[in-house]
Amino acid sequence: MSEETTQYKKPLPRPPEPELTAPFWEAAKRHELILPHCTQCDKFFWYPREACPRCLQSDWSWVAASGKARLHTYTVVRQPANPAFAEDVPYAFAVIQLAEDVRMMSNIVECAIPEDLEVNMPLEVVFDDIDNDWTLVKFRPASEN
Amino acid sequence: MSIRGKAAIVGFYEVPTRKEMPDRTTFGLLAEVARGAILDAGLKKDDIDGLITPEQFNSLTVAEALGLQPRFNVSMTTHGASGATSIATAAEAIAAGVVDYVLCVFGESRPRSSSRLRSVAEARDSLPPRSRTTEWEVPYGPVIAMNGWYGLMKQRHMFEYGTTQEQFAKMVVDQRFNASKNVNAVWYEEPVTMDDVLNSRFTNDPLHLLESVMPCSGAHAVIVTSAERAKALPNPPAYILGVGGPATRHDIIWHDEDMTTTPVVDSAPTALQMAEININEVDLAQFYDCYTILAMACLEDAGIVQKGEIGPFYQDTDTTFNGTFPINTDGGQIGAGQTGGTGGGFRHVVEATRQVMGRGGIRQASKTDICMVNG
Ligand SMILES: [Zn+2]
Repeated sequence: MSEETTQYKKPLPRPPEPELTAPFWEAAKRHELILPHCTQCDKFFWYPREACPRCLQSDWSWVAASGKARLHTYTVVRQPANPAFAEDVPYAFAVIQLAEDVRMMSNIVECAIPEDLEVNMPLEVVFDDIDNDWTLVKFRPASEN
Repeated sequence: MSIRGKAAIVGFYEVPTRKEMPDRTTFGLLAEVARGAILDAGLKKDDIDGLITPEQFNSLTVAEALGLQPRFNVSMTTHGASGATSIATAAEAIAAGVVDYVLCVFGESRPRSSSRLRSVAEARDSLPPRSRTTEWEVPYGPVIAMNGWYGLMKQRHMFEYGTTQEQFAKMVVDQRFNASKNVNAVWYEEPVTMDDVLNSRFTNDPLHLLESVMPCSGAHAVIVTSAERAKALPNPPAYILGVGGPATRHDIIWHDEDMTTTPVVDSAPTALQMAEININEVDLAQFYDCYTILAMACLEDAGIVQKGEIGPFYQDTDTTFNGTFPINTDGGQIGAGQTGGTGGGFRHVVEATRQVMGRGGIRQASKTDICMVNG
């Protein structure tokens, strides 16, 4: 398809501190999920920020995540705040519980909505290349993990 | 320091809450309820030396518009909790002796729907400041207004505790009954049935339209003074026995450790301890209810019932003003409307005062010595 027909109309990620989170977005483009991991606490945290929210120390690093997750909770969107999403309704706006014990917002894809959704169901990461520069991290139903 | 019983609400006033009041300005509404509350308290305007206003308006601007020269000026910034927090702040300042008569005034005349739609469209087209939200939430298509967050919370509560749609609907039915008897409510004389609630469309599953508030125009005010000064005034004082909070984890609800538990688990025990009362001694409750799930989770966290038991409680309990444990006796925000200018949470303060003073009229509950208010 030509570039004009694949133009992505929905909002792209707009990082407040682009340099801080660039490694995450670059990894996503390579279809890899990485998360901030605090060396001191030996725990992951989310969202990425300057200092670990547990110990306030800044010596954390990006560590590869398993991509395994569970659906912590979700809501089925019928009235998106941004009309660019109108073509997708109903879709799932969800809180994802990653195996690394952090939670992030995402969408559940590759399933029937709302029929296939169930709180606590196993999920796995998928990567959605929305344009040449950005890849969103999303999730789909998985077999028990 | 405990401020137990050192301050009291001695007067109140509100104008009816309506979807729009195109012929009224915000400052016109604030002036009307300020005057009404001062007169109701048996005071004169010049007695007022403290002012607490919503975060939307600098309190100095409001003071100027109302012709007040307060020595104690606060704009509350705790969002929905601002109404209840204003009473705590007023009581603390009075107990400290820095002010004598505090006017707390909240409300707004909302712009006409046509200009609101225009400003919504403008806000959408002009990119908001970059934030954690624009990076980690917006690309996934959040729901309009706050509906999304409370849909997530409700879904999780239903999963963890088995709370049913019928139990949520019962709360709406009780509050709409209360509102149907409140001439100031936006849903005056418009009660609903369980089927009405359950058949209303999902704004976003599992949240029904009728479980959400209607943003409205309106205004409310009260006067707070010391217990000593209150004795000389005409109304029976509504004493402030204990306060707790504010505390919030609201901005990080989606990665909170427990998204069905609210900061009320901290604020309620603090308030009860100061008041030197047990939760079982509370006669009725006025609880912030932008959505059913929030009020229900807060009632659990306050200890009205055990965690997870609020669904069966609503199912088995008449919570109208006629009931065994009345809740949101004016209809709450779900029944009476969510006044703009952070007035939504303030209506709970006004109705608590009305009930404790015994001035509830046809909505007066039978025993109203101790009312718990949550913002
Ligand atoms: Zn750490």
